This record gives sequence, structure tokens and C-alpha cells, in this order.
Amino acid sequence: MKLEANLFAAEMKKVAIRDGWGKALVEIGKENKELVVLTADVSESVRTHWFEKAFPERFVQCGVSEQNMASVAAGLAMEGKTVFFSAYGVFSPGRNWDQVRVNIAYNNLDVKFSGAHAGITVGPDGATHQALEDMAIMRVLPNMCVICPCDEKEAGKAARAAAERKGPVYIRLGREKTPVFTTDSTPFEIGKINVLADGSDVAIVACGVPVFEALKAAKNLAEDGISAAVLDCHTVKPIDKKTLVEFARRCGCVVTAEEHQINGALGGAVCEVLSEECPTPVVRVGMQDKFGESGDGIELLKHFGMDSAAIEKAVKRAIGKK
Amino acid sequence: MSAIRLDSTSELLLKANDIRVDIINMLLPAKSGHSAGPLGMADIFTALYFHTAVHDPKKPQWDGRDRIVLSNGHIAPVLYATLGEAGYFDKKLFNSLRKFGSPLQGHPHKGALAGIETSSGPLGQGLSQACGMALAARMDKKKHVVWCLTSDGEHEEGQTWEAVLLAAKYKLGNLVAIMDRNFIQIDGPTETIMPLESMAAKYRAFNWEVVEIDGNDMLEVVKALDAARTRAASGKVQPPLMIIAKTVPGKGVSFMENAYEWHGKPPNAEEAAKALAELRAARAKIKA
Repeated sequence: MKLEANLFAAEMKKVAIRDGWGKALVEIGKENKELVVLTADVSESVRTHWFEKAFPERFVQCGVSEQNMASVAAGLAMEGKTVFFSAYGVFSPGRNWDQVRVNIAYNNLDVKFSGAHAGITVGPDGATHQALEDMAIMRVLPNMCVICPCDEKEAGKAARAAAERKGPVYIRLGREKTPVFTTDSTPFEIGKINVLADGSDVAIVACGVPVFEALKAAKNLAEDGISAAVLDCHTVKPIDKKTLVEFARRCGCVVTAEEHQINGALGGAVCEVLSEECPTPVVRVGMQDKFGESGDGIELLKHFGMDSAAIEKAVKRAIGKK
Repeated sequence: MSAIRLDSTSELLLKANDIRVDIINMLLPAKSGHSAGPLGMADIFTALYFHTAVHDPKKPQWDGRDRIVLSNGHIAPVLYATLGEAGYFDKKLFNSLRKFGSPLQGHPHKGALAGIETSSGPLGQGLSQACGMALAARMDKKKHVVWCLTSDGEHEEGQTWEAVLLAAKYKLGNLVAIMDRNFIQIDGPTETIMPLESMAAKYRAFNWEVVEIDGNDMLEVVKALDAARTRAASGKVQPPLMIIAKTVPGKGVSFMENAYEWHGKPPNAEEAAKALAELRAARAKIKA
């Protein structure tokens, strides 16, 4: 898998994942004249202000009303528009779940929406603003696709793939500047795991910011003689069962890593697949059924056990369960 | 203009009577569903689908059609009865309301049946969807009108007011909302459960144009809808219009009228027979 050279060098370029989404919207808007973008009073934060500037006539500012925004998006999509909307993940889909369920998912509409500032790394804003349940509540909806990109480049690819896909897509985005370690030629296909590193002792299945943490963990584990595969499972739904089962068989144990509650999203999905298809010990790295608190994003990632050190520990536990 | 347009008041009243009969006949075998709201709104549905709105039951997906969004999906029986009478589907389906495998779902499902613009049921979402449709029409310079039928009770949902703000902000003059102001909701009178008055003053304060009518006076309904359509189809960027239609819940069936207990239940066989007898008598009176 093609990744940046010198992955762990201090000078690695860092860009916010949300920027990839915002830039892609402008590009898609140039080609697709039916693209309409909506925001709920957070256009700069969620990076839709670039689209607003480029295509003001196709931008709808909904004000602080996430529920209304989701239903307005549905109305536009029913008229043939490709609709993208964005707000903070805690509010959208946190606050408009019913509108997403009935107006968008039930009708299988072409509405693509991002929950920005997701995960613990949003940091100082504290628990109310840390979306840690968003993927779980979207994953249970029929017709819904759930994507959690690992860096700015993957976020752009995810937005473009979402625009091409029929039906609703939820894309979760982080705020912090994080390493851009994938490249323009790193593949991206919805529902297909990217194997970033091969390995035979454990498979680390990650999404979002923890993917880079998993790469760091794999490097450290190699020094201990542990061969860890790193799987970028950017699509949490529909999940890539085939690759998961293949690596579970080969490695005999699995660790999941996500910036989300361990229940209901990636960790839950992997356990569901493996318990049905290939029972395998799994250790889940993520938020351990708790609320967060204020702090620096990276500090919180460490405190709540979602950084590379936590992944390494989890790997050793998982190997012990074989 | 609609191929099924009726112009005389007596023809429209007879059609509304047909629709009320269909509603009773539909609810009896369904054994569940709402009676009062559908009966109260029969006159407005008749005027809209058989006189004012531009649509073609033979071409339900025709792009030039007016969009009619039913926000309070629980009054589905009046929508189904009207669409069936208009020829959108075979009236034989009426008997299947709420039954397994039927396209006449308990609450409307877009795509299940021709003529249904949106899935609805959870209250307070229709006006937002209608705003989206009206915005799309404006972006594409299309001249059709977006109608949104709402209930008074769903104005207790905060989302309704979010949509009211947005429609006023964008001056969605191609949007016409009609409120079924029947003063009842499931638990009792609206003004006891959650006082809503003055609805007209509220909408005016939110920068909407407001018209108040008797929603069971066919002549008044037709005049108001025609005027609303002419205004909305003008293409002007102007405030959206709310028609507050005072209706009698259960209209046409004496023992259901104004009784909130009939908001959410169907008639039994005896009650249905009594209701149908009253509707037959009313029909004879219209004809006379």
C-alpha cells in the first residue's frame, strides 16, 4: 500500500481531516451542477465556507437548526439534487437522528453528511462537544453507509466516493491537524479495507485518527518481535467482511481501534462479523463506555487509552487470548 | 391544469362526500388509524386535488406537477382516499389499509404508492422538506407550487418553527402551507395540552403572509387555494403563505365532530354504519 515516505518523521505534514472534505466539495461542485451544500451556522469550522464562496447560489445557510437542515436536505434530494450537509457530529447526527432516519434513510436519498469535530481529539470543548456515539447511531440505520477517514487525503477521496454512491452516506471528520500519511495514489473504495501493513501475529483494525496510532504501534511491536497487520477500515458500514475474516484466520487475534465508544461502531461491527463468520479473540480500543472531558486532544487520546501505547497493550492482551 | 378538475361547488361537495365515505370504509377493516383529522380535512383535499393543484394522476412523476407534502402523516386515510378517487391507483386497495403487504402503510411511505411525495409520520418534519423542495424549484427556475399540509398539534414540535424561520429568510413565495386548525390532539384540546393561539399572529411575526379561512366551507376553500396558487406561481421572491384553515374534526359524522376521543381511533361496525348513513343523507341533500 502506497503511503508517505518517512512516516514517523517529525516533519510529517499535518492537516485537519475536515479540510479534505471541504476542498473536495468545491471540486465536486465544479463537475456536478446539482450539488447543493447546507450548513448550520458552522460553515468555517466544518469547511463548507469554501463551497459557499465558490457557489453561493447552491449553498443554504440553515442557522442553528440541525433537525431542519436534515429535512431540508431531504426535500432538495427528492428534487434530484445531490446534497451534502455538515455540522458538528454531536448535533448532527446527534440531534437529528429521527430526521435522518425517516426523511433520508427510509427514502434512500442521495444525501451525504459529515459530522465534524468528532472524537475525543476535539479536546478543550469538553464532553458535550465530543461526538463518541455518532457512528453507532448511524450504523444501525438501514441504507446508511458510514465512513471514518484516517487523514485529510482520505477525507477528500471519501467525499468524492460518497458523491458517486447511490443513497445516504455519513462521514465522520476530526478537527485536529493530524499527519497526512496516505498519498494521492493510496486506493480508496467504499467498503474495502486498505491493508496498510501486513502481519501474522495480530490484525489491528482501525479507523480515523487511531489508524496512524496503529501504524506507530505496529512499528514498536515489530521491535518486540510481534508482527502486526494494520488495516484501515475506513468504511464501518458496509464493512469489509472478507478481509476481516482473512486476517482473523491468518493472525488468530484482532485489536480494534477507534476514537468512539467501544460499543456499537467499529469494535462492535468487527465482533459481530467475527463471532458469526470466524470466532476470534478481539480486544477493543476506544472510549470505554465513559464521557470525556476538556484537555488537549492528543493528551486525551492518551488519557482515555486510544493512542499507540494503548494499542500496543491491547495487542499483547489479544495475543494472550489466542 | 389537472385533467380531473371539478369546477362547480356541488360537484366538489359530492367528491368530498365520496372521500369521507372512503375514509370510513377504509378505517373499518383496518381496525386502527385516525378518524377525526381525515374527515375534517376532506374538503381541503378535495379542493386541492380536484380543483386548484396542477397535477396528473396518469403521470405521477411529471416534473411540472405541484408538490403536495403531507406533514402530519397520521391523516393518511384522507390522502389515500383522495389519491384513489383521483385515479392514482385502484380503489380496491382501500380495503388493504394498514395490512401486511399493502402499499397503504399506516403512515405514508414515498415510493410505495404513486402520488405520495414524502414519507411522514413523525411530526414537524414536512414543512422542512417542503422548504427543500421550494428551494430546489427556485434554483432550477421551475414554476410549480409546493404545498405543505400541516396540523396544529405539530406546531408543538420545535422543528416546525425552524422551518418557518428558513422559509421566511429565503422568501419562499412558491411555498404554500395549509394548517389544519382543528383545535384537537390525542390527549385533548390543543389549548389545554399546549396553548397555540394566536397562530396567525405568530406566523405574521415570523414574516409570513397569513390567510384565515373556514376549512369546511368549500367555496371559501376554493377561493383561498386558487388565490394562493396564483400568488405562489408568480415566481416572485415574496413571503411564504400560511393558510390557517379552521376545520371541524370528524366533519360529516355527528358523533365524531369536535370530539378529541376520535383523533386516533377507527369506528367499529355499528359506528361505521351510522356514519355512512349520515353521509348518505348529506349526499342526498347536496344533490337536492
